[in-house]
Amino acid sequence: MGKTFAEKIFSLKTGKDLRAGAIVMVKPDFVLTHDNSSAILSTFKKMGGKKVADPKQLLIVLDHIVPANDEKAATNHQKTRQFVAEQKLPHFYEGGRGICHQVAVEEGFARPGAFICGSDSHTTTYGALGAFSTGIGRSEAAGIWATGEIWLKVPESMKVVLKGKPKKWVTAKDVVLHIAGKIGADGALYYSMEFSGDYIDNCSIADRLVFTNMSVELGAKNGWMAPDKKAFDYLAVHGVKKEDCTVILPDADAVYAETLEIDVAKIEPLVAAPHSVDLVKTVVESTAVKADQVLIGTCTNGRIEDLRQAAEILKGRKVAKGTRLLVLPASSEVYIQAADEGLLKIFVQAGGIVLNPGCGPCLGAHQGIMAPNEITVSTANRNFKGRMGCNTSFIYLASPYTAAATAVKGTIATPDML
Amino acid sequence: MAIITGKAFVYGDNVNTDVIFPGKYTYSVTDPKEIAAHTMEDEDPAFVKEMKPGDILVAGKNFGCGSSREQAAFCFKYLGLGAIVAESYSRIYYRNCINAGLLAVEVKGLAGKVKRGDTVTIDTDKGTVKFPDGSQATFAPLPPEIEGIMKAGGLDEFIAEKLKKMNG
Repeated sequence: MGKTFAEKIFSLKTGKDLRAGAIVMVKPDFVLTHDNSSAILSTFKKMGGKKVADPKQLLIVLDHIVPANDEKAATNHQKTRQFVAEQKLPHFYEGGRGICHQVAVEEGFARPGAFICGSDSHTTTYGALGAFSTGIGRSEAAGIWATGEIWLKVPESMKVVLKGKPKKWVTAKDVVLHIAGKIGADGALYYSMEFSGDYIDNCSIADRLVFTNMSVELGAKNGWMAPDKKAFDYLAVHGVKKEDCTVILPDADAVYAETLEIDVAKIEPLVAAPHSVDLVKTVVESTAVKADQVLIGTCTNGRIEDLRQAAEILKGRKVAKGTRLLVLPASSEVYIQAADEGLLKIFVQAGGIVLNPGCGPCLGAHQGIMAPNEITVSTANRNFKGRMGCNTSFIYLASPYTAAATAVKGTIATPDML
Repeated sequence: MAIITGKAFVYGDNVNTDVIFPGKYTYSVTDPKEIAAHTMEDEDPAFVKEMKPGDILVAGKNFGCGSSREQAAFCFKYLGLGAIVAESYSRIYYRNCINAGLLAVEVKGLAGKVKRGDTVTIDTDKGTVKFPDGSQATFAPLPPEIEGIMKAGGLDEFIAEKLKKMNG
């Protein structure tokens, strides 16, 4: 009986012959933390931690509230910088470099065979480049800082095969929302999701990252795809050598708890309605919804390919009266590229605000919090009640094409409707 | 641990971490008492006023989905909640409960069994949950590797003991 990707990587990392269900101690290659690092530091000290077990294991990216919006956030950042200096941590990225998940990808931490835990649920993102990566709690991150290890259960796996050619204006975001609508917000609970199929083969790395980023929204422990030439080309551009990667592929006779096969050609442009990712409707069904604010960006859809799609629609057009547009590039690399290509000018000329790279308004801490009864159409991954800072506002999740068209129209729309 | 009896507070499926402990507080509210005061703020503002230490939260599928923020588990611990009983948990949330030393048990077939205010009894030794109609459901005990964390009272204490041993 063969093994899944998860069974193989857990076996490789522990030197044991493991199957789904086994509970083991693992030493992750990296442990990611962000603005929560100062809170994690308090727990680390409470645990009796003095020196971190392995300074090279820590990856710290300030991104959640950058630049700091108040004294408390500023002090959190200050404590983190002091800690980084004291412990001589080599992998620290200052606010402005980007959202931790995009930084982890661009800086080459996410690579085939890497085993990464992060104190952020969207740590699942790195599987698009062949890594195993999963979210953990703050105390657990402190535990890894202190001991180098964490207990994990080898997950069962779900195979998702995506076939066919999508219709015009249908992107990776529409496909993943379709999956959410089909299986529900707990449809992949505890699973390692393995994505494959000719649709995935044809996807850009940016589009692949949408699936692994959102796999946690379906309950998954991690999302994964087989690294191919496209992945290695991307890694090479970002300084990762092939010899520093370990390609781990599932066996042909691996056992899956569930298998899902989807013909993407049948999928229409979609939105997820408030307040759950699985309340999926077509854009056509949602055209009566007026958008007070549109957010294009985040760790789900803030890459250059996403901004190009948005700019394609916004070029020479204006944001509708009564609607506000926020653009949030996922990293400084994306920001510079967008500037070089003239995309930022297009957004500003259309009447939008370009925010600095970071988490921005996605988690409701700053930079675009809504007023009561307002609606935001967002390319982010989460539309929970209160998510963007106001518990009587509403969030619709959509693709960059739909979000951009919505900004122009003022109501939820595809580019065809302009 | 043995018998926990408390009044039930009952919720549905997919209760997420944003409604349990809103994201806007994750970096600004750090005092345990203050964290506790915001518990379930966007799901049920009456919860913190009505619940008493030892009470039991009963929920449907995928409880605690969303963010990895552990304040969404620790807030219940700070309030002295007796336990959470749910059909299933989001995986990071479940881990956060263990790390908080907060009893969280997974029980199938809960729908319609309990209403707000009913008395529910959990026997952790036997692995049972008793409902007001006299019926009971069972839950699996924690694997021994993880039970140690609960026994220590949470991950802080567990790692502290481990570090002491490591450093002789």
